[in-house]
Amino acid sequence: MTTQEWKFTAKDIAEKSDLFLAGHRACAGCGPATVFRLIMKATRGPTIVTEATGCMEVVSSIYPYTSWAVPWLHTAFETSASNASGIEAALKIMKKKCRLNHEHVDVIAFAGDGGTYDIGIQALSGAVERGHDFLFVLYDNEAYMNTGIQRSGGTPHGAATTTSPAGKAIPGKLRYKKPIAEIMVAHEMPYVATASPYYWKDLIQKVRKGLEVEGPAFLHVFAPCPRGWRSNAAKSIEYAKLAVETCVFPVWESINGQCQLSTPSKLIALAPQKKKAVADYLQGQGRFRHMFKPQNKKLLEEVQRITDKRWERLLKKCG
Amino acid sequence: MQNILKQETMALAGDQAVAYAVKQSDVDVVAAYPITPQTIIVEKFSEYVADGEVETEFVCVESEHSAMAASISASVTGARAFTATASAGLALMHEMLFVASGCRAPVVMAIANRALSAPLNIHGDHSDSMAQRDSGWIQLYAENAQEAYDSIIQAFRIAENLDVLLPVMVGLDGFTLSHTLENVETLPDEAVKKFVGVRKFSNVLTHEGKTAPFRLDPANPMTMGPIALQNYYFEFKRQQEEAMTNALAVIQQVNDQYAKISGRSYGNGLIEAYRLEDAEVAAICLGSTAGTIKTVVDDLRQEGVKAGLLRLRTFRPLPVEAIRSALTNVKAVAVMDKCMSFGGNGGPVFHEVRHLLYDVPSRPYVLNYIYGLGGRDTSPVELRSIYENLQHILQTGHVEKPIQYLGLRG
Repeated sequence: MTTQEWKFTAKDIAEKSDLFLAGHRACAGCGPATVFRLIMKATRGPTIVTEATGCMEVVSSIYPYTSWAVPWLHTAFETSASNASGIEAALKIMKKKCRLNHEHVDVIAFAGDGGTYDIGIQALSGAVERGHDFLFVLYDNEAYMNTGIQRSGGTPHGAATTTSPAGKAIPGKLRYKKPIAEIMVAHEMPYVATASPYYWKDLIQKVRKGLEVEGPAFLHVFAPCPRGWRSNAAKSIEYAKLAVETCVFPVWESINGQCQLSTPSKLIALAPQKKKAVADYLQGQGRFRHMFKPQNKKLLEEVQRITDKRWERLLKKCG
Repeated sequence: MQNILKQETMALAGDQAVAYAVKQSDVDVVAAYPITPQTIIVEKFSEYVADGEVETEFVCVESEHSAMAASISASVTGARAFTATASAGLALMHEMLFVASGCRAPVVMAIANRALSAPLNIHGDHSDSMAQRDSGWIQLYAENAQEAYDSIIQAFRIAENLDVLLPVMVGLDGFTLSHTLENVETLPDEAVKKFVGVRKFSNVLTHEGKTAPFRLDPANPMTMGPIALQNYYFEFKRQQEEAMTNALAVIQQVNDQYAKISGRSYGNGLIEAYRLEDAEVAAICLGSTAGTIKTVVDDLRQEGVKAGLLRLRTFRPLPVEAIRSALTNVKAVAVMDKCMSFGGNGGPVFHEVRHLLYDVPSRPYVLNYIYGLGGRDTSPVELRSIYENLQHILQTGHVEKPIQYLGLRG
């Protein structure tokens, strides 16, 4: 980790050329598209991007068009981290053999929740254990949105998806969202962070930290999906804010295992009265609509309970 | 043949011969998973890495799926990439094999050909690579450890040829070759390095309108492995087929060029015709079985039987013309399959050979022998019975059973 933190202004970011270009086919209000654009604003030099199969892969690379102003590779759904491993290994040996025309090339691997929590976790865990120098970005829209809103290990408790519909007998997803960032911290990797696009400066700073760190870095970014969440396309960034304010998605970072809350969540920790009720966040999202029916009152309470429990656990970790 | 280089004889098992060839081929990245089932190739190569004998990034991945993903990504970044696997490991790679050929990544992979589960069996047959037949990989099958060594070196030249740019798998029969010690003539390090050369790249038009080498390079951004829909996907696939056709000539050229430095060639690189010129009865097989059949053919010849053998060294691309031409005078052919195509009316090699003989002016009788599954031994006596049956068919003009199982109980 470098000692000097990157200093930037909104103007710097605005003036920096986009590397994730306009013209992609993402939906109106797409959280991940905003996330990608911001992340690519944080690059520090030559960069290669690899990506798992998913929404953002599909919307950004429809041949013969591309939204990528950097070299970009997609191979399969479960391979974002293994692709990064191969790219990083190739760069390392090509540099050693004087066949690389750059002093250093950063590697960013993107994957959605399916490509991270579920089908991609083996490759991710392996790549991190091997210590490849790359930044893995999980853009979490909390279900398999590209293929029609199927539940994933990242889908929150209670959410209705096409494979966990809110039925008469089963009210949406019964299981809980896998604490993926904590699982990555357990890998004893140098840098793990969570971020929300509402707090865009925090997000950009964390991307840069992840790139600067030597070895693997993991960034979990909250990425609202109006199509899959059945929410208002104009409110995606608002939900990204509410998720943090309700502690459904606190923002924090772990540097060499030392966990600390990032400012937006720290302010809530310092003034607990500012913590909003999860219902404030759930309301308005079609995927949680059934939870507000009287017969599902317990489900709503359970979401509040698990949110509080996880928040308390995080507070303890952050000392 | 004055330029043939002085070579060193080494006692190597097939796996070790492969690892030694990789060591000499200036490979940049080896991403491999050593198990499912284990082969010595990766272990031996790890020793070279640990002893500082190679300039290679060795990525000890957590599965064969990741092995192939990392090989592809290293290859498209510009590295020369190699991996090795067998059986279940190759099956696990299946999805990624199509990505490798589709991305035109010239990865080279050794396959210690072994049976697929269930029931679990770690011994030799061709079920694993035959199941990858349509994955867009070039497939070479070695007869012995010497050929495994030679073919790995040649494979880099074939794969990286700019008219080909396809991945190559080199099959060596599990245990029969992979674990059996043989004398292997090895070329000097410098000669192999020179033969494989430094990897070249095609120049392509980038989306920025520049011409640049086809690889991931921040100086010339390219989007690789994109989504291509109904309007373009088909053309991508047709180009792969053209590359396969080009490979037919390239495999022959590389076989000839290699012969000039080593003194060794394998037929024309595509097929090896053994005593076929005037043969009336012949077998067709892949891999190490050819060695045994050759002795059977020699015995039969001594007895006055016009017997021959066609060894298919290159299975993909299928050398249609070479096979037709080699079988011109043959009246009865037994196609040997060390693999089953369940419910498919015979094995895969049988299907293909019989199909390419459909258009010849005088078609021979074509039978299928399925043999050796799960490493079952195939004896010279059994192989001889094949030729006896072919002779019987020629005498009677009648094929009783076109598909037979050799050495099967009951």
